[in-house]
Amino acid sequence: MTEQPKIRIRALTKSFGPNRVLRGLDLDVPKGGSVVVIGGSGTGKSVLLKCILGLLEPDAGSIRIDGEEVVGARGKKLTAYRAKIGMLFQGAALFDSLPVWENVAFGLMATNSISRPEARDKAIETLQKVGLASATADLYPAELSGGMKKRAGLARAICTSPEIIFFDEPTTGLDPIMSDVINELIRNSVSDLGATALSITHDMGSVRKIADRVAMLYEGRIIWEGPVATMEQSGDPHVEQFINGKAEGPIRLGG
Amino acid sequence: MINPVQVVGSAVIAVSQAAGRILIFAGGAIGNGLVGPFYWRQLGRQLVEMGYQSLPVVGLTAIFTGMVLALQSHTGFARFQAESAIPTIVVLSVVRELGPVLAGLMVAGRVGAAMAAELGTMRVTEQIDALATLSTDPMRYLVFPRLVAGLIALPLLVVVANIIGVMGGYLVSVFKLGFGPIEYLNRTFEFLELMDVVSGLVKAAVFGFIIALMGCYHGYNSEGGAQGVGTATTRAVVSASILILTANYFVTEAFFDR
Repeated sequence: MTEQPKIRIRALTKSFGPNRVLRGLDLDVPKGGSVVVIGGSGTGKSVLLKCILGLLEPDAGSIRIDGEEVVGARGKKLTAYRAKIGMLFQGAALFDSLPVWENVAFGLMATNSISRPEARDKAIETLQKVGLASATADLYPAELSGGMKKRAGLARAICTSPEIIFFDEPTTGLDPIMSDVINELIRNSVSDLGATALSITHDMGSVRKIADRVAMLYEGRIIWEGPVATMEQSGDPHVEQFINGKAEGPIRLGG
Repeated sequence: MINPVQVVGSAVIAVSQAAGRILIFAGGAIGNGLVGPFYWRQLGRQLVEMGYQSLPVVGLTAIFTGMVLALQSHTGFARFQAESAIPTIVVLSVVRELGPVLAGLMVAGRVGAAMAAELGTMRVTEQIDALATLSTDPMRYLVFPRLVAGLIALPLLVVVANIIGVMGGYLVSVFKLGFGPIEYLNRTFEFLELMDVVSGLVKAAVFGFIIALMGCYHGYNSEGGAQGVGTATTRAVVSASILILTANYFVTEAFFDR
């Protein structure tokens, strides 16, 4: 008997007016695995992530986490589900009004009865794990560089030791060296926690570094899915065009 | 050709829809907020932002309003030898109307705009989504403390505005118009009733709630990047100002329509 996937998505659809973004998407994320969804801009990668996070309500379909349906979850069920997850947003989405340590320990303070001094200690410990000095703890997000913000965002995502971590374009806007540093941190953080990871990106360097499996999203569906090692030999012209970054091919960008 | 009935009908439907959305938003914020947990730190921050930091602008508005009121009343009432009514006119005008309305409009411009801009920026930079993923209800964390702060801060500001406004009238009357200080103060309190003060404070609470609600509603629902945040800020100030003036009439009628 095969092990139940950590995340199982079936026939997921989501439209915005006449724009059908997700058109019956199926995807499995195995427990402890790292799946990266690739696809061009505007193909619905972020919409997929927001549906899984419960930030958008899908029109139809099913999303099961550990076998539990989360579509339409409310109240305590939704809170319990969100206590299992961590999320690194594209722009880090740090709270401007709070110092870095409060950002990092925010989830910890929201879900546990932990004192502020304890939360601060835990935040500094987590900041050090992602390569930020303890002096960073009292800075405000506006005082951080782009790379430091991503690290602080990653620290916030892993501070509660989540079972599942989502990464939304984790290397967008970073230089190649900082991108590699962030990819390395993601890989290490996920393996240290034994967490399941689902990422969306169009940075192929990031894909090769952090993915166990890759899924290609095109026209609202997963058109190819497989181990990252087989991506180059997928035999799918869409995947080949995308991973090689060619203008010529079956994928036509709407602009 | 434009059909005027269609235009009016569309406008009525649009206003009704907006009112419905705002009521649902307010209901959601209050319903979620009352369940708890309550974020006292957020409330404290908003009280400082909305109340304490608005003191200079509200104080300046109040003192000059009281001074102008005394001068204008004097130029009018001198024609009928009714200068002795100036202290009563100043205190009743300030306490019943000008204190709450002018403080409300100034705070709408200062705080309502800031709330819309802050929440709008949080929306477009995914900070509100981040709150949700951190097991924190954004309505409970962001909106409810602001609504409560509006209810508390504006009446407190209006108490200060009332005192400063009356003081403005006193300064002009005593040092420019020749009133005796004791005489002016006696006449100020001679006809002032508790209901005059209470009605002004109730108005202030209503205005504070309106300012916070409009700031939060437009900011929370902003979209489209920097331009969307700008639009939300404008809408927050304009809608709060209009609603303050509208609500002012109805609260006045509720208190003094006999």
